[in-house]
Amino acid sequence: MNKIFLIIQREFLNRVQKKSFLIATILLPLIFPTIIAIMVYAAKEQEEGANSEVIHFVDESGLFNPEDIKRFELKRFNGNIEDAKTAFSNSDDFGLLHIPKINLSHPSGVTLYTKINPSPNDINDLESKIESQIKEAKMIKFNIDQRILDSLKTDISIRSINLSKSGQEKSSDSKVLFGIGMIGGILIYIFIFVYGAQIMQGVIEEKTSKVVEVIVSSVRPFQLMLGKILGLASVGLLQFLIWIVLITSVSSIVLGYFGFDMPQQEMMDQMATQPGYNSDFMDVMQTVNEMPVFFIVSSFIFYFLGGYLLYGALFAAVGSAVDSPAEAQQFIFPITIPMLISYFALFTFILDNPHSTISIWLSIIPFTSPIAMMGRIGFGVPPIQLVASIVCLIGGFVFTTWVASRIYRIGILMHGSKVSYKVLVKWFMMKS
Amino acid sequence: MNQLVVENVTKRYANHTALDNVSLSVPDQSIYGLLGPNGAGKTTLIRIINQIIDANEGTILVNGEKLSPHHIALIGYLPEERGLYKKLKVGEQLIYLARLRGLSKSDALVRIKHWIEKFEIKDWWDKKIEDLSKGMAQKIQFISTVLHEPKLIILDEPFSGFDPVNANLIRDEILELREKGSTIIFSTHRMETVEELCDHIALINKSKKILEGAKKEVKAKYRTNTFIVEHKGDFSLEGEHYKHISHRNLDDGYLETQIRIKSSRNANQLIQDLVGATEIHGFKEKIPSMNEIFIQLVNGGSDE
Repeated sequence: MNKIFLIIQREFLNRVQKKSFLIATILLPLIFPTIIAIMVYAAKEQEEGANSEVIHFVDESGLFNPEDIKRFELKRFNGNIEDAKTAFSNSDDFGLLHIPKINLSHPSGVTLYTKINPSPNDINDLESKIESQIKEAKMIKFNIDQRILDSLKTDISIRSINLSKSGQEKSSDSKVLFGIGMIGGILIYIFIFVYGAQIMQGVIEEKTSKVVEVIVSSVRPFQLMLGKILGLASVGLLQFLIWIVLITSVSSIVLGYFGFDMPQQEMMDQMATQPGYNSDFMDVMQTVNEMPVFFIVSSFIFYFLGGYLLYGALFAAVGSAVDSPAEAQQFIFPITIPMLISYFALFTFILDNPHSTISIWLSIIPFTSPIAMMGRIGFGVPPIQLVASIVCLIGGFVFTTWVASRIYRIGILMHGSKVSYKVLVKWFMMKS
Repeated sequence: MNQLVVENVTKRYANHTALDNVSLSVPDQSIYGLLGPNGAGKTTLIRIINQIIDANEGTILVNGEKLSPHHIALIGYLPEERGLYKKLKVGEQLIYLARLRGLSKSDALVRIKHWIEKFEIKDWWDKKIEDLSKGMAQKIQFISTVLHEPKLIILDEPFSGFDPVNANLIRDEILELREKGSTIIFSTHRMETVEELCDHIALINKSKKILEGAKKEVKAKYRTNTFIVEHKGDFSLEGEHYKHISHRNLDDGYLETQIRIKSSRNANQLIQDLVGATEIHGFKEKIPSMNEIFIQLVNGGSDE
């Protein structure tokens, strides 16, 4: 036991003392928000500063009101469409919109001619513009008063409240829960891959530098493997902890800065023009406040560790079997399949439908549960499912560690042999 | 008293038997040569003694006790394939390896200091292994092998990779360790090392032990009653009692003839017969070298 601790300590120090650890740990949480901020800023600048492009339009229906939309300046072209096409092809302008005489009940035939393919956003903008104008034309045709029209405009946001048996009301905002599930799932996915690869690399290094023979004459191969896995887990936890501290402090500084800096008038205007803003924001804050933060963080740590231990052992076994990372590819692939499945499932249906049968099963099967359960955890998981998932994950990593250690003990002493799955099975079956 | 006893050890793999009922006795404070051609099973045996792998059958006694994990602290092991953590500094590396062998950090520091002063390598402390030459790294590995003052030191090809100066240094250290009470097992192909250092040997061939004993006795056993005669002038004693094995001219005009005694005659009688036949300038018994015994046994074994 004492020796496992020595190995854990050594692995921990090896990684933490490296410059790359310091850089990754401190810069990464700063780099991502910075990149996002720069991109948002650049996009905004572009939107504001860009010269608006010209779209000429030929309106044969007489319904279209030449009002500019976003980045487009709309210019009426007086004349028929053929002339307009000729004029357009000789110009540097963005596009030519042709609105033929249309039947109000079945409008069709609106065409946009461009030289480069327009983006879906541009098309959407134009479509909604035309749609709203046709709608207005219809209203007028049906003699509906403008005031009635205005009062028809509604903006609804549903506030959902979980009513527990004891009668307590808990507000929940599914967008926040969605975000928590997504971030948790992605983080676990990345952590398992990054740290799993590091375990594998470490094992390959020990094997190829031949130092492993000296080490396993002092400790059992199982102790070496477990020490390495746990050592890296402690590095991962430390890194994660530093990130949480950094991100919370950086984001609170940033939020504080913007909150303080934003002119009162502008803020008031914004709220006035967006009637939903205030209550939306309040809802989000309320959901965050009422969320069992401790429960979610501890579930994250449990599923992070569980998933890491489960896959880490497999990565260690792969590392022990091969002589170079290139050789490892063929064995890595099947390990990553359940990870990929749960990752894609997270985005395709778990987050949208966290209580479906398949979501439940994916969150119980230990190979997929670390990511799948993170997707579900915020939405509330029945205790029985949670217990089943936890028990299966613990059983899962005990099982993979056992399988991996049987391959590892033989693999680390084998050099230059061509390894196939058949060979791995043989090693697994071999009596020590 | 035997430091190490191996009793009827058998190790089987799926397709072959690596060790077949091997028994050895390694006396206290001996330098014991474990010999054998490549693939004979030496490394397997060494790994079993180091508890890296387990034997299928048989027992191993260290200091009279059945081999168990606490013996790790009593054994020092230098594998044939040398290896250290490339990125780790010399000092950290030695401390780590010593602690894995059961030494406390403070004890390790004291002993490491002693060794690096002895080898005059104090300024290597903060160097990474990857920045050292191969010979330098070997020295560090040798230190790590003996740092915990093991009673039983197992050295697999200890001199490979050392230049003659450092090889001598290591040889002197080995002799000194033996003086201090350690028992040393050598696994090697280099017969000149065996001739020079070992006092006991065992020969393993094709998974089986085919020879074991004190070097002197082994050599005596393989005496062929052959004598080397330096003389002037041709002669022949071929007949009932003697057989000429070889004959060659020496540089200074003398001749050398090797004669084997076939009958019960002894060396004195051979000299008497020679005196009448030729002018003798030199006479000595031909004692087989370890190399010859090795080749004879290994090749002989392959015919069976």
